[in-house]
Amino acid sequence: MRETWHSIDDYAIIGNCRSAALVSRTGSIDWLCWPRFDSPSVFGRLLDPEGGSWSIAPTVPYRSTRRYLPETNVLETTFHCPGGSVRLLDFMPLQGARLDDSAVPEQEIVRILVCDRGEVPVTLRYVPRPHYGMKRFRLRERGRLGVRTEAGAELFLLESEFGLKVAPDGVSGCATLRAGERLRSTLVHASQWPAVFSPLTQAEQKLDQTVSGWRAWTLRLRFHGPERDWVVRSALVLRLLVFAPSGAVVGAPTTSLPERVGADLNWDYRYCWLRDASMTVRALFGIGCGAEADSFVSWLLHATRLTRPELRVLYDVFGNLPRGERERTGWSGYRESRPVRLGNAADNQLQLDVYGEVIDAATHFIAHGGEFDPETERMLRAFGEYVCRNWEQPDEGIWEPRGERRRNTHSLVLCWAALDRLLKLARGGNLHRAPLERFAMNREMIREVIESRAWNEQKRSYVATLDGDGMDAALLLMPWYGYIAPDHPRMQSTWQFLRRELGAGGSLLYRYRLPPGSREGAFGICSFWAAEYLAAGGGSLDEAQRWFDAVLPHANDLGLFGEEIDPTTGRVLGNFPQAFTHLGLISAALRLAERRGVETGAADETRRRA
Amino acid sequence: MNVGAWLLWGFAATVLLTTLMAAGQGLGYTRMSIPYMLGAAFTPHRERAKVAGFFVHLVNGWLFALVYIAAFHTLGRSGVVLGGLMGFVHAAFVLTVGMRLVPGMHPRMAVEEQGLSEKRQLEPPGFLALNYGRATPVWTTVAHLIYGLVLGGFYSVG
Repeated sequence: MRETWHSIDDYAIIGNCRSAALVSRTGSIDWLCWPRFDSPSVFGRLLDPEGGSWSIAPTVPYRSTRRYLPETNVLETTFHCPGGSVRLLDFMPLQGARLDDSAVPEQEIVRILVCDRGEVPVTLRYVPRPHYGMKRFRLRERGRLGVRTEAGAELFLLESEFGLKVAPDGVSGCATLRAGERLRSTLVHASQWPAVFSPLTQAEQKLDQTVSGWRAWTLRLRFHGPERDWVVRSALVLRLLVFAPSGAVVGAPTTSLPERVGADLNWDYRYCWLRDASMTVRALFGIGCGAEADSFVSWLLHATRLTRPELRVLYDVFGNLPRGERERTGWSGYRESRPVRLGNAADNQLQLDVYGEVIDAATHFIAHGGEFDPETERMLRAFGEYVCRNWEQPDEGIWEPRGERRRNTHSLVLCWAALDRLLKLARGGNLHRAPLERFAMNREMIREVIESRAWNEQKRSYVATLDGDGMDAALLLMPWYGYIAPDHPRMQSTWQFLRRELGAGGSLLYRYRLPPGSREGAFGICSFWAAEYLAAGGGSLDEAQRWFDAVLPHANDLGLFGEEIDPTTGRVLGNFPQAFTHLGLISAALRLAERRGVETGAADETRRRA
Repeated sequence: MNVGAWLLWGFAATVLLTTLMAAGQGLGYTRMSIPYMLGAAFTPHRERAKVAGFFVHLVNGWLFALVYIAAFHTLGRSGVVLGGLMGFVHAAFVLTVGMRLVPGMHPRMAVEEQGLSEKRQLEPPGFLALNYGRATPVWTTVAHLIYGLVLGGFYSVG
C-alpha cells in the first residue's frame, strides 16, 4: 500500500481529445479511463491505493522536475538522481499522427525514458485494474506480442523494452540506463475491434508528429498579450478536454477529487455542463479556435434538441443523458474522501440559467458568421417560451446545491439574458416568427423583479436570492451578460459587498457564503470573474491586472488549475484540471487585452491630437 | 438454380450474420469483426477498412451462399436443419482452420512467432479466435448458424 497520497496539483494531464490520463510527478499514471472520458478507469490509484497504475521511475532516490514540451501536451518529467538523470516523455499520439501505411490503435499511450547523464537504475510497474477495479482480468505474456490484459472482450496491450516479468496481479521490469540509452513502452487499448499493435520502433516518429500536431494547433491561437503563455496553456488544457468526435467539452477528466479533503463533496465531472456554454463559445472564438467553437455549438444544439424545450444540467459527450449516479463502494476515495461517485445526479436538477447560456452561445455563433436552420430557430423559440412560462420557478441554480430550490438571482439574470438575446436575434433577422411582445414583456418583468427583490437596500447590493441577504460570486457575471454596466453604482457597491462577504484572502473568493462550521476552498473561476469584472470597467486596468496576476500563482508548476484553491495552503482542491477555471482565465485575459487596446487607442488618440 | 433467391437470401443471411457479430462487439462480448479484418488487408485506415471490408464481406457472403446452394441441389433438398448444420460446419471451419490461416495471408496481421513490424500491426485471432474475447467462438457459431438457417429455410430447391 502506498504510504502517502500525491497532492492533486502534483498531477499533469496528457490526452488525445478523446480521453485523458493523469501522471504524477513520480512518473506514475494514476488515472486513465478508456476509450473515452466517462468510460470506466483502468488505472484508478488516484482514488484508491489498489485502483491500478503504471509507473516508470528510478529505483534510487531522486528529485523530479517537469514541464510540457513548449506549446504541446507532451509531458516531460526529469528525474535527477545522484548518479545521473533520466527524462520520461509521456503522451497520447494524436489521431492525426498516422504514419504512412500504419494502422492506428483505438487508444494509445507512449512513454519514452531517455538517459541524459550518468547511469540510472529504473523500474517499470504496471498494475491494471479494469472497470474501476471491479472486472476480473487475466494477464498473459505473449512473447513478441507483449503482455495482454484481457477483461472480457476488452484488451489492454503493454509492449516495452524493459525486460518484463508477469505476475497474476501486475507486471514489473527493471533496467539500468546509461547516458544516450532509451527505453520505450506503449500501452494500447482495444474495446470493440481487433487490436492494432504499436511497434516500439515507431515511438519517436509518433512523438515528432504529436509535437508537430500540437504546435500547429497552437500556432492558430490568436492572443498577443503578456498573458499569452497562460492563455496558450489554458487553451491546450481545454483542447484536451474537448471530445473531438462530437465537440463536447467535459468539465474535468476526473471524478470524486474532493472539494473538501476527507469529506463527501466528491462529484463526477466527466460530463458536459451547459452552464459553461456561453463562456466556452466566447473564449474559443476569442482566441481564434473557430472550428472548435463551431463544433461545440453543433454539439450543444444537438444535445439540447433531444430534451427540448426542457434542458438538463449536463449531458455526456455524445449529448445523451448520463447513467444515474452510483457509488464505487470499496474504494477509499482520495485521502479517504468518500464516496467515490460515478455518474452525476445533478442531471435531474432544474437550472434556469442554462437557457440563457445556450441562447447566448447561439448568439455568439451568429455573431461569428454562423447561421441557424429552421429546426434550430424552432428550438430557440421553444426555449424562449419555456423561459416565459418558468422564470418564476425556484431552481437549484448554478452551484447545484443538493437541497431545496430557491429563487436565485443569477438564474433570473440568465432568464433575462435568454429573452434579451432572442429579441436581438429576431431584430437582426436571425430568428423568425418569435413572439416578440411576449418575450419583451417577460424580459421587463424579470428586470423589475431583480431590481426590486434581488437588490437589498440595507446591504446596498444585489443578493444571491430574492428577498435574501446572502452573496453569490456568480453575480459578478451580471455585466458579462449585459444586464448592467460594470461601473453602474449598484454594481459597484455589489462588488464591494461581494469582496467583504466572499473574500478568502488575496485575490481568492468563495463562491457563496458558507454555512457556519462548514469548510470549502475558494472557487478558482470566481477570482477570474472578478478580474474580468474589473477589466470590463468595474475598476481600473491596473486593478484588474493586479487581481489577475495574483490568481496565477495558484496554478501548479505546469500552469494547471483545479476547481478550488485551499485558502490556507494554496493547494488545489476538487476535480483536476478544470475546464471551467481555464475558461475563466482565457475570458479574463481576453477582457484585459481588450481594455489595454481601448486605453492604448485612447492614449494614441490623445497624443495624436496633442 | 434460382439466381434471384440466391442473391436475395444470400444478402439477407449475410446482413443478419454481420448484424449479430456487430451486436456482439457493441455489447462487449467479442472484438471479432470480419469486415474490419477483411478491409484492413486493403487499407490501414480504420474507418475506410470497415467500409471496404463490409462490401468484401457481402460478396463473400454471396459466394459462400453459392456453396450452400450447391450442396442443397446436390442433396436434392434444403431446410432449416440442413442449413443450420451447414452453418455449424461453416463456423467450425472459420474458427479452427480459417483463423489459423489468416495471419499468413493477411498483409497487416502480426504473426506471433515473428513479432510486430511497422506493417504487421493487427492482432491475430488465435485458436478459435479467442484473442478477440472468450465469447467469440460462441458468438461466431451462433451467427453462422443463423446464416445457414436463413439460407436453408428460405431457399427452395424445387
